[in-house]
Amino acid sequence: MVRFVNLTLAGITSGMVFATVALALVLIWRSTRIVNFAQGGMLMVTTFLAWTVVDAGGSYWVALAAALASGLVLGAVIERVVIRPVEDKPPLNAVIVTLGLFVLLQAGAGMVWGDTPHSYPPAFGIRGLSVGGTRLLLSPNDLFVIGAVGAVMIALTVLFVRTDLGLRLRAAAFAPEIARLLGVRVGRMLTLGWALAALVGSLAGVLIAPSVFVGPTQFDAVLVFGFTAAVIGGLDSPVGAVVGGLLLGCALSYVSGYLSSDLVTLGALAALIAVLLVRPNGLFGATTGRRV
Amino acid sequence: MIGTTRQAAAPARAAERARLALGRYRLVRHALGAAAALVALYALTSAVSPYRDLQIAQAAYLTCAVAGLTVLTGLGGQISLGHGAFMAVGAYTTALLLNHRSWPLAAVLAAAVVVTAAAGTAVGAVAARLHGPYLAGATLAFAVGLPGLANYEPLLDLLGGQNGLSVTPPVPPAALGETFPVERWQAWIACLGAVLTLFLLANLVRGRFGRTLRATRDDEIAAALHGVRVARVRIIATVVSAACAGLAGGLLAVATTLAAPGAFPLALSLQLIAAIIIGGLGSLAGAVWGALVLVFVPAWASDLAQSADLSHNIASNLPLALYGLVLIVVTLVFPRGIQGGLRAARTALARRRSPRDDAAHEEAAPHDTAARDTAVHGGDS
Repeated sequence: MVRFVNLTLAGITSGMVFATVALALVLIWRSTRIVNFAQGGMLMVTTFLAWTVVDAGGSYWVALAAALASGLVLGAVIERVVIRPVEDKPPLNAVIVTLGLFVLLQAGAGMVWGDTPHSYPPAFGIRGLSVGGTRLLLSPNDLFVIGAVGAVMIALTVLFVRTDLGLRLRAAAFAPEIARLLGVRVGRMLTLGWALAALVGSLAGVLIAPSVFVGPTQFDAVLVFGFTAAVIGGLDSPVGAVVGGLLLGCALSYVSGYLSSDLVTLGALAALIAVLLVRPNGLFGATTGRRV
Repeated sequence: MIGTTRQAAAPARAAERARLALGRYRLVRHALGAAAALVALYALTSAVSPYRDLQIAQAAYLTCAVAGLTVLTGLGGQISLGHGAFMAVGAYTTALLLNHRSWPLAAVLAAAVVVTAAAGTAVGAVAARLHGPYLAGATLAFAVGLPGLANYEPLLDLLGGQNGLSVTPPVPPAALGETFPVERWQAWIACLGAVLTLFLLANLVRGRFGRTLRATRDDEIAAALHGVRVARVRIIATVVSAACAGLAGGLLAVATTLAAPGAFPLALSLQLIAAIIIGGLGSLAGAVWGALVLVFVPAWASDLAQSADLSHNIASNLPLALYGLVLIVVTLVFPRGIQGGLRAARTALARRRSPRDDAAHEEAAPHDTAARDTAVHGGDS
C-alpha cells in the first residue's frame, strides 16, 4: 500500500510537469492550430540559460526569472520570424518548421554548451517527508513543483477568463476575422500567445531539470510525454492538458514501479492508444463535424 | 456553352486514349528505368572507394524508407513520426534471423519486410482513425517507445540490450574474386533493394491505388461518398510504407552489420520526415534526392568542420544545425522541395526554348490538370 501511495505521489509530481508542457502545447494549438514540436527545444534553451546563471553563481530564483524572461522573448521572436509565414499554409508545413526549429535549437545548444549533460540544483530539499514513521516519495521540492504549476494554472485561468487581454486573446484564437473587425490586433495577440506558451514551457524546463539534468537531448522525453498528455486530454482543452498530464504521470509511475523503467515510453504509447481508440479526439476534445 | 464543351470533348478523348496507351506501357517504362538505374549504380559503385560504397549503401537503404514515407505522407496525407521504429523492427528481424537461422539473405530480408508489414497493420489500424496532431502524437510515442524494448529485462538476452545485435557481414560470391570489397557487395544489395522498392512503388502510385489514396488525402468525405473505403486505403498505405521501412531497416542491419537501439533514435524518424520535405513531398524521385541529402550533407558538413578547424562542440553539431536550417528554409522558400524546383526549372527552360508554344500550353491546360496533378504529387520515378 505504501508503495502504491509513493508511486502515486511520484506520478503526481512528474504529471504536474507533463501537464505544464502539455499546457504550453495546448496554448499554442488553441491560438494558431500548430503543434509546437519546437517546445522541447525552446524549454531546453531557456533551461540552459538558467543553468548558466546558476553556474555563474546566481541564486536559484534569479535563474528561474532568467528562464521565464528568456522564454517570453524566445516565444515571441519565434512566432514573428518563422511561424508567421506558415500560419495560413497547410498544417504539415508548420509541423515541419517546428521540427526544423527543434533540431536547430538542439544543435545550437550543443554548439554553445556542449553535449555533456550538467546537473541542476533543486529549489528545496529532495529528501522525502516522513509521515507517521514512513518516508514518502514526496520532498519539499516536489511540493514546490506542484505549487508552482498550480499557481501558473490559476494565473492563466484568471488571465483568460477574467481580464480584457484574455478575452482578446481568446477572440483572436477562435474567430480571427471577426476579432480583427472589432479592433483586436490579432497578429499581436498570436505573438503574445506564443510568448505565454513559451513562458509556461520554460517553467516546466527549470522544474524538471534537477531530475533529468540539462543537456541538448535531455528534454526529448519531456516533450514526448507532454505531447502525449496534451493529446490524451484533447489538444483544445487546458483542463484536459492538466488531467492528461496527471493521468499520464501516474500511469508511467506505475509502469516504472511495477513493471520496468525501460517500458515507460512504451507505457505512454499504450496509454495514448487506449485513450485515442475510445475517443479519437482525446478525453476533453470536442468531436467536430466535418463539412463536405 | 454546350457547343464549346462538345468541341473540347474530342481532343480530351484523344488525350485520354493516348494516356491509356501510355499506361499500358507504364510497366515496361518503369522496368527500363529500373534497369538503367541498376546499370548506372553498377558503374558508380565499381568506380569509387569502399568508403563511398558504404555511403551509397546508406543512401540506398534510406531511399527505401523515405520512398515509403513519401507515399504515406505525400500521397496519403497521413503524417508518421514513427518510421524509425519500423526500421528498427526490420533491422532486428534481419539480425535475429541471420544469427539464428541459416536462411539466404534474400529470404531473411523478405521475412523482415513481412514482419514489419504486420507491425504496420497494427499501427495502421490505429492510425486510420486519427488525424493530424493526434496521429503525429501516436506515431511519435511509437518511435520513442519501441527501441526501449531492447533494454527490457526479459528480452535482454534476445535483443542484446543497449549494445544491440551484431550481424556477420554478407560474404560476396567467390565468382567476384578474392579481392572484391565487402562494402561494394553491401552497396549492391542495398541498391538492388532500393531500385526494387522504387520500381514497385512507382507502379503502385501511378495506378488505381495511388489515385484512391490521393483522393482520401484531398477530400476524405468526398472520396468515401464515391465508394472509396477510406480506412482500408489508409491501412494499406501504412502497411506498404511500413514494409518499405522494414526493408530499409534490414538493409541497414546488413550494411552496418549492427542492429542496436542507438541506431534508431527519434532523430532518425525526424530525418526521414526532413528528407521527404527536402526532396519534394509525394515524389519518388524526390525521395532519392532526400536520401542523398541525408547522407551527403552531414558528411560534407563534417568535412567542412574538420578543414575549418572548428571546436569539437561546433563540429559535432554542425550537420544537425544544417538539417534544421535546411528544413526551415526549404519549407518557407521552396515548399515543393528539390524535385519541385527541378521541375519548375525544366518547365521554364522548355518555355524559353519555344515561346510560340506558350499559347497552346495555356489552352491545353484545363484538360491537362489531372495529368499535371499526378505529376506534381506522384512525381517521376
